[in-house]
Amino acid sequence: MTLIATQSLTKTYGGRVTALADLTVAVEPGIIGLVGANGAGKSTLIKILLGLITPTSGQVSVLGIDPTADPAAVRARVGYMPEHDCLPPDLSAAELVTHLGRMSGLPRTAARERASEALRHVGLYEERYRPVGGYSTGMKQRVKLAQALVHDPDLLLLDEPTNGLDPAGRDAMLALVHRIGTEFGISVLVCSHLLGEVERICDTLIAIDGGRLLRADHISAMTSATDVLAVEVSEGTEELAARLAALDLPVARDGRLLLVPLADDSTYDLILGAVAELNLPLHRLDQRRHRVAELFATRELSHA
Amino acid sequence: MPEPSTTATRPTPTGVIHDIGYQRYEGARLRRRHVFGALYLHGVRTTFGFGRSAKAKIFPWLVVGIVTLVAVALAAVRSQIGEPVATYAQFADSMSWLVLFFVAVAAPELVSRDLRSGVLPLYFSRPLPRSDYALAKLLALVTALWLLLGGPQLVMFLGAAFTTKEGMRGVWNELLDLLPGLLYAGLWAVVFASVGLLVASLTGKRAFAAGGVVAVFLMTTPIVGVLSILPSHTANELAGIASPSTLVQGVGIWSLGDLLVEGDPGEMMIGGFGPVYALAAVLLVAGATALLLARYRKVAS
Repeated sequence: MTLIATQSLTKTYGGRVTALADLTVAVEPGIIGLVGANGAGKSTLIKILLGLITPTSGQVSVLGIDPTADPAAVRARVGYMPEHDCLPPDLSAAELVTHLGRMSGLPRTAARERASEALRHVGLYEERYRPVGGYSTGMKQRVKLAQALVHDPDLLLLDEPTNGLDPAGRDAMLALVHRIGTEFGISVLVCSHLLGEVERICDTLIAIDGGRLLRADHISAMTSATDVLAVEVSEGTEELAARLAALDLPVARDGRLLLVPLADDSTYDLILGAVAELNLPLHRLDQRRHRVAELFATRELSHA
Repeated sequence: MPEPSTTATRPTPTGVIHDIGYQRYEGARLRRRHVFGALYLHGVRTTFGFGRSAKAKIFPWLVVGIVTLVAVALAAVRSQIGEPVATYAQFADSMSWLVLFFVAVAAPELVSRDLRSGVLPLYFSRPLPRSDYALAKLLALVTALWLLLGGPQLVMFLGAAFTTKEGMRGVWNELLDLLPGLLYAGLWAVVFASVGLLVASLTGKRAFAAGGVVAVFLMTTPIVGVLSILPSHTANELAGIASPSTLVQGVGIWSLGDLLVEGDPGEMMIGGFGPVYALAAVLLVAGATALLLARYRKVAS
């Protein structure tokens, strides 16, 4: 079954500001990364999926339901974690999540049970009885995730779940999201402006920029096409480029760097061999960490 | 398709997240009606500070204490002198100032707090329609205000019913007095709640909301004052429409007559404009509710 499908989805505000332009994408259940710079249209897409805003044109379906026609049916099966702060400071996490569970239609006792379950799954125990106002950012993010999980949705929409977290907190949050996607059997759409972050946990990646679709593909296809080795030698860059080209490696130049698509581990050996044969001083050889911007860069390279 | 609890033994990278299997929820999912009811009850509890900090309980219960005390005093005096000091409707009238302050605290508590904390997207991303949110809050405030006035009226009734010297007939007559009083309390509740909640829903700052609510009710009183001393007799009689409080009193005078004013019409003269007052009250409540719904169609989208 297709989890999320859009067809020529367009959203313009006031006829001038384009948030989404002609977005057509279809993804299968799993963990989906939605990456794009700030203002790329990620939040707009999530709000359309929730039926909170109506698209200017185009079709959309979530879990086989059209959110513009029956938003309540979609929302009953979807959990949403907003990007910004959304927790009343004077309520405890347990009270808030229980209340929101009831708002999702859970009976009183079920809501209480599911709330403590959800809070336990995100790693909040005794502290759940304290007012949220005194929580750290990491704990607040967990509460936001727990409230999205309380009614046992089939799909979670997470808008920048790692926002404001320190590196350890980011890792913990990503591990948690990964666990929800794999062990809980709940599909997750996770939004981020950091490609390096979501690519670690997702099976499918959707990259958008300026409201337009850059790519949507399985992560395996995506990384094999975008992983690049950067080689830098102190001298003899030309010779090395020629040698690598002779070895059937599609070399591209980027200033003092040589960029070689990483096919598999043998690429390393070929490059190291070539450098050793030419007896050149190797400065560095590393795999490029890519950000959204580099999705463009490598695309342009492959065109060149 | 109940999934077996997957007790994974694989260690996770972080120690904080424990592995106790996730269980899918297979139980009942309640319909819109029940969710509305849950939000409504939550609202009524919120206005009286239940489920909130001790600090939040002080003011509501202070007001409840005062109105109850007044009702008990009235009942006690009446049982001594055998003559009612104030009718049920007059009691509601004289307590209206306290109700106003109760609204000024309760309405921001109900809506401004949610605006301020940004929690609304969490409501609106759930099946509950936006209009249900607004209406449940409104109904909760109406109920709370009606309980605030109706509860003490019931105390007065019980006092009178147990001390009456005419047996069951006396109780029955008392009941016939109580019912219009309860309806009149309901009118106060509906007018105060609809206007108060609309004002409070405009800002996330509770202090501003409280000030706004009091201002709307108090600032309109001078207009009534000016209109009622104009040379035109019609203007004088219609003056009460300019302020929600005098509007309610006008409707009371028209519909309850001597249950409210007892021979002495006082300074409130509405002449033959009773139905106009009633219509104005209906329009005020309907208009405020419509604006409240319009407000929640826009907010936090």
